[in-house]
Amino acid sequence: MARAVTPQRKALNTAIAAIVGALIFFPIFWTVLTSFKTEAQAIADPPVWFAFDWTLENYTAVNQRSDYLLHFWNSVVISVGSTLLGLVIAVPAAWAMAFVPGRRTKDILMWMLSTKMLPSVGVLVPIYLLFRQLGLLDTRTGLVIVLTLINLPIIIWMLYTYFREIPGEILEAARMDGANLREEVVHVLLPMAVPGMASTVLLNIILAWNEAFWTLNLTAAKAAPLTAFIASYSSPEGLFYAKLSAASTMAIAPILIMGWFSQKQLVRGLTFGAVK
Amino acid sequence: MPNKYSLMGTVAGLALLSGLTSAQAEEITIATVNNGDMIIMQELSPIWEKETGNTINWVVLEENVLRQRVTTDIATGGGQYDVMTIGSYEAPIWGRQDWLTPLNDLPGFDYDDLIPTVAANLSADDTLYAVPFYAESSFTLYRKDLFEKAGLTMPDQPTWEQIREFAAKLTDKPNEVYGLCLRGKPGWGENLFVFGTMVNTFGGRWFDEDWNATIDTPEWKAALDYYLDVMTKYGPPGATSNGFNENQTLFQTGKCAMWIDATSAAGRVFDPTQSDVADKVAFTASPVATVPKGNSAFWAWALAVPASSQKQDVAKEFISWATSADYVALVGKEKGWVAVPPGTRLSTYKNPDYIAAAPFAATTLDAIQSADPNDATAQPVPYAGIQYVSIPEFQGIGTTVGQNISAALSGSMTAEQALQSSQRSAEREIRRAGYGN
Repeated sequence: MARAVTPQRKALNTAIAAIVGALIFFPIFWTVLTSFKTEAQAIADPPVWFAFDWTLENYTAVNQRSDYLLHFWNSVVISVGSTLLGLVIAVPAAWAMAFVPGRRTKDILMWMLSTKMLPSVGVLVPIYLLFRQLGLLDTRTGLVIVLTLINLPIIIWMLYTYFREIPGEILEAARMDGANLREEVVHVLLPMAVPGMASTVLLNIILAWNEAFWTLNLTAAKAAPLTAFIASYSSPEGLFYAKLSAASTMAIAPILIMGWFSQKQLVRGLTFGAVK
Repeated sequence: MPNKYSLMGTVAGLALLSGLTSAQAEEITIATVNNGDMIIMQELSPIWEKETGNTINWVVLEENVLRQRVTTDIATGGGQYDVMTIGSYEAPIWGRQDWLTPLNDLPGFDYDDLIPTVAANLSADDTLYAVPFYAESSFTLYRKDLFEKAGLTMPDQPTWEQIREFAAKLTDKPNEVYGLCLRGKPGWGENLFVFGTMVNTFGGRWFDEDWNATIDTPEWKAALDYYLDVMTKYGPPGATSNGFNENQTLFQTGKCAMWIDATSAAGRVFDPTQSDVADKVAFTASPVATVPKGNSAFWAWALAVPASSQKQDVAKEFISWATSADYVALVGKEKGWVAVPPGTRLSTYKNPDYIAAAPFAATTLDAIQSADPNDATAQPVPYAGIQYVSIPEFQGIGTTVGQNISAALSGSMTAEQALQSSQRSAEREIRRAGYGN
């Protein structure tokens, strides 16, 4: 039985949650704040909090030097594209594993996950050579393929977990009523798995949006997403923190806003099946 | 997804067409770093685009990201870039690998105007593989107001022993003024940038003529003992996380009495919009110890054409423009003379406008001209380079040694342990690579 929650305990928990939340959010807050400072104020010691001349000069400079919209559009295409392509492969795979498991299903799931344990840089050169041969370097198509492959184990695992919560009898009933396989998946299974699907989609878009190894290494000028946009404002020489913060703010804003609007779905999906 | 073969057919067709009409405008891709001089180049490049009708795709990346990115591309013949910004460390190594196109024959290019040591640092076997865009050395920056107050005079050529005495007198920890700021952040391009020159001038070398590592020698020990002593007693707290930027911030906010680092810092510490001490700064040569050479570091950012580029002629045309004396004059006119790329052309240092705008010009030129990669150590060595060794394996060796030096500074290793561990690592790497066999 759960322990009784006293008001003191509740207040304490709330306070701890607030502190942890503030700690997690602080870097983002500081980045946004710094983006409105001058370069000199950005490195001032002791740091300035709010009493500075707020300026938009960093945003102007960043927009003059870089094509934000191009990078933004590349990020959208790559993250949404890789998630959709991933779903097309993962839904049938997760269906098969959840409802018609074989003797080796668990092993296959573990093996898929093990590919995530390999350091990416270990396969950079082979992938680079393949891409060069196939003409996929610096193309959005190439990045969609690579990010799909990278995130596929996570998509399959998540969908597998959600599908397992759905009683197989319901699908059986649909089959008894004459539904074929496609109808069974599209009209019965997927509607029931909507919260799980939604959080899978959101999480994957976020992962793909933030992916900064392959997106930097396989692109040059044309397909470079927002990760490359940020990387162009860091430097070991000279002052750059304010402009870098402005670039970062512009790069994370879209995904942050999307996260805010969908956090209910995201949390529900991620904790789905947690209380059993 | 477009059909690969039809795409290839189109590309081949286009290539054929462009061969028939040689004056066809081309699109080139240039990879560069996010440093002030390169940003100016990017800003002024529309002038070249307008003159030639060609267009440029810019890929600007942070130095470490860029290095990883262009190394992957050039090593696999990826052909993503037509012009690459590379350093003086990469140029000769990549040139020897035939990864770069020789640049000895740029039409109408004034090679005699290049500072000879700079060209030497970018060449292998007398072939120039990258044209310098800007070059830097190291020197001593100091606060003339603090020196005056303490009744001290900085000589034109200080010794490290004098630097220690000055630092002792100028350190005022309660007021957060530290006698000497040096890089402590680990990395061959970070703490070894200055510590590497200290090794030379304290009489040390990385390898003897038979490629035996010589890091556990008394000369290295003397350099490291000195470094640890001054940094512990007179350096700022937490120096192991201080690289160029952090020290620049400390110096500009008045927290360092002396700072020995790259000459490229000069333009910024003299800029009153960035620096609190702009009117109180003076500079002199990099200190020496027992050996009067190898005390000034050298680094150049240069433009190179990868052998895998399909548009080498246009790429060379761009490089000729961006590294010419005319370009220097253009920057002087558009951005002010203090902002011109330093350290590459003798004519820049004869220009009265530049000398008037940059009080550090003569010291910088002296430092760069004395930076001879082929004569930086007291004892003979089988390699070229001043604060680095110009072999591909040095990235790994230098990273480990930089980490050990930093560990000694933080106190997690003793000086002896740091040197022994570095020695073992260098021996292992060099044996594995097969040098001296």
